Amino acid sequence: MLRLSKVNKYYQVGTHSLHVLRDVDFEVTDGEFVAIMGASGSGKSTLLNILGILDDYDSGEYWLGETKISHLSESKAASYRNRFIGFVFQSFNLLPFKTALENVALPLYYQGITRRKRNQIAAQYLERVGLRDWADHLPSERSGGQKQRVAIARALIGKPRLILADEPTGALDSETSKQIMDLLSEIHRTGITVLVVTHDPEVAARTQRTIRLRDGKVVNPLEASASNPGMAAVVP
Amino acid sequence: MFDLDKWKEIWATLRSNRLRTFLTAFGVFWGILMLMAMLGFGSAIQSGSQKQMKGMATNLLFVWGQQTTEAYDGLPPGRGVRFNTADIELLRRLPSIEYLAPRLQLGGWQNNFTVSHESKSGTFTVMADYPELKHIIAFEYAAGRFINERDIAESRKVVVIGKAVHEQLFEPNTDPIGKYIKISGVYFQVVGLTRTLRSGGQGDRDANTLFVPFTTLKAAFNIGDRVGFFALTAKKGTDGPELERTVREALMRHHRVSPTDDLAIGSFNMFVMFGKFQTFFLVLQIVSWVVGGATLLAGVIGVSNIMLITVKERTKEIGVRKALGASPLSIVAMVMKESIVLTAIAGLIGVAAGVGLLAATSAILEHVPDSPLGPPNVQLTTVLTAVAVLIGAGALAGVMPASHAASIKPIEALRAE
Repeated sequence: MLRLSKVNKYYQVGTHSLHVLRDVDFEVTDGEFVAIMGASGSGKSTLLNILGILDDYDSGEYWLGETKISHLSESKAASYRNRFIGFVFQSFNLLPFKTALENVALPLYYQGITRRKRNQIAAQYLERVGLRDWADHLPSERSGGQKQRVAIARALIGKPRLILADEPTGALDSETSKQIMDLLSEIHRTGITVLVVTHDPEVAARTQRTIRLRDGKVVNPLEASASNPGMAAVVP
Repeated sequence: MFDLDKWKEIWATLRSNRLRTFLTAFGVFWGILMLMAMLGFGSAIQSGSQKQMKGMATNLLFVWGQQTTEAYDGLPPGRGVRFNTADIELLRRLPSIEYLAPRLQLGGWQNNFTVSHESKSGTFTVMADYPELKHIIAFEYAAGRFINERDIAESRKVVVIGKAVHEQLFEPNTDPIGKYIKISGVYFQVVGLTRTLRSGGQGDRDANTLFVPFTTLKAAFNIGDRVGFFALTAKKGTDGPELERTVREALMRHHRVSPTDDLAIGSFNMFVMFGKFQTFFLVLQIVSWVVGGATLLAGVIGVSNIMLITVKERTKEIGVRKALGASPLSIVAMVMKESIVLTAIAGLIGVAAGVGLLAATSAILEHVPDSPLGPPNVQLTTVLTAVAVLIGAGALAGVMPASHAASIKPIEALRAE
């Protein structure tokens, strides 16, 4: 599905160069459910941005499916994001002036699908996340959990092969978090690869495998395995 | 080409940011309205002044005799200079005169005569004229004609009357043509009724004037060979002031006036005055455009300013859109389209309001007699050009914020909490 080898990323801070990702190496196979964990400043957001083709890297290789993602033009990157990746954010990032239905339909707008058609499809996806009756509501009229469901429906509508979720439960209470993780697990069961960035061990525990980052480096899986019961399924 | 979906998208964004939309639209609306008001006011002044000048040849020269102030050629100062029919021949030989109209007012300058028809009478100005006058002061004829060559040749006792003369001497709705009126005891047949094109004092004077053939007046009232004054026009392309000098010199020589005695002969020309008017209108137009243009510029700056704020405000939205697959081009297009649609609609509403304002002003001015302002006319094409310029400039001013929007990194935008 995706493979990173020796990926390095620097940020220029004043005259200093900050080495954010150091020789990051890992692979995610098709249909995996993976958590990326790390303390703040460990580089996990940067990693997510690179995985989501929202940011470029300085050296190494990133393969998404059969495509090498490297120095893409902005419009090329936009089109890859649109077709391959679905995003779920901590703060939902729904457009406040659009209804649930319109928010869900937005990725299809950028695929040039007609309004009628995309609203039809969006209604199906809202149904799937259990919010069919809320189609005409604005985001401000709904709870955090419901907003995140809308965001997930939006992430799914483009039929992506990969869902990237950045702290999807960070703004939710534990009960709602559980429901959202249920939803993500369900999506995973349909064969979509799901990557969750989190610092919450409970969230990570619900995935199949955890990749740990510390100071921009992937921590040796064996060292980390003790704290991750989910690991057993993947690491022999 | 017409994509309803895109329009709905634009409409949705504009509607969702009502205050911003309103402020931008108002700036544009106001700019256009002010530009139209400025141009309208300028044109009102111009058409008002032109109304005053209407019916008058612009290359006109008047020459009349005064009194000598210098002794010359054995003649004492204080001698009155009186033009005569010999001067007509003299001036007709000058090459650069287009039309020459020797004129004589019965009783002299600013003297009125009693004129009557049946039991009605009034005092009016009686002018003795040649047919050439019609090229110098243009009239419309409500009925009949002006004095012609045969009237002059046969010294016919015919008269052309002004509107006020008609009103005072005849019952309402009577056709005066063919009727006889009595001027100082002599009967004249009415052959024409004028309607002046001039307004104000000159218009009143025209309405209160009777015109009789020059030769008839001389014969009927025994005036001899006197000519009161000359009205003449310069041929196209001739130097007006030069003509004035030539005419004056010819007359001075003929009347044995000292070449340095400027007060012996009076003259007045419209070239200089007309030139001044032209300059005035030009300045007025420049001022209108400068002020109007500045207002327009302020409108454009307003649009680009608000667009800049817009983009800042929408950083997050743009970030989300980009994460979901919006290309940079589609973001630029989105920002520009919104601004263009908004500017165009507001601009056209401004034009509509401006047209309404000018129409209302026009209607009010119609009820003001002898207003110094004419009806304000603004060329619709001028205004539409201004709108087009505004939209173009708005779009152009929007390029920077739009490309700034396009360059927003989704990550940074999404992080901005």
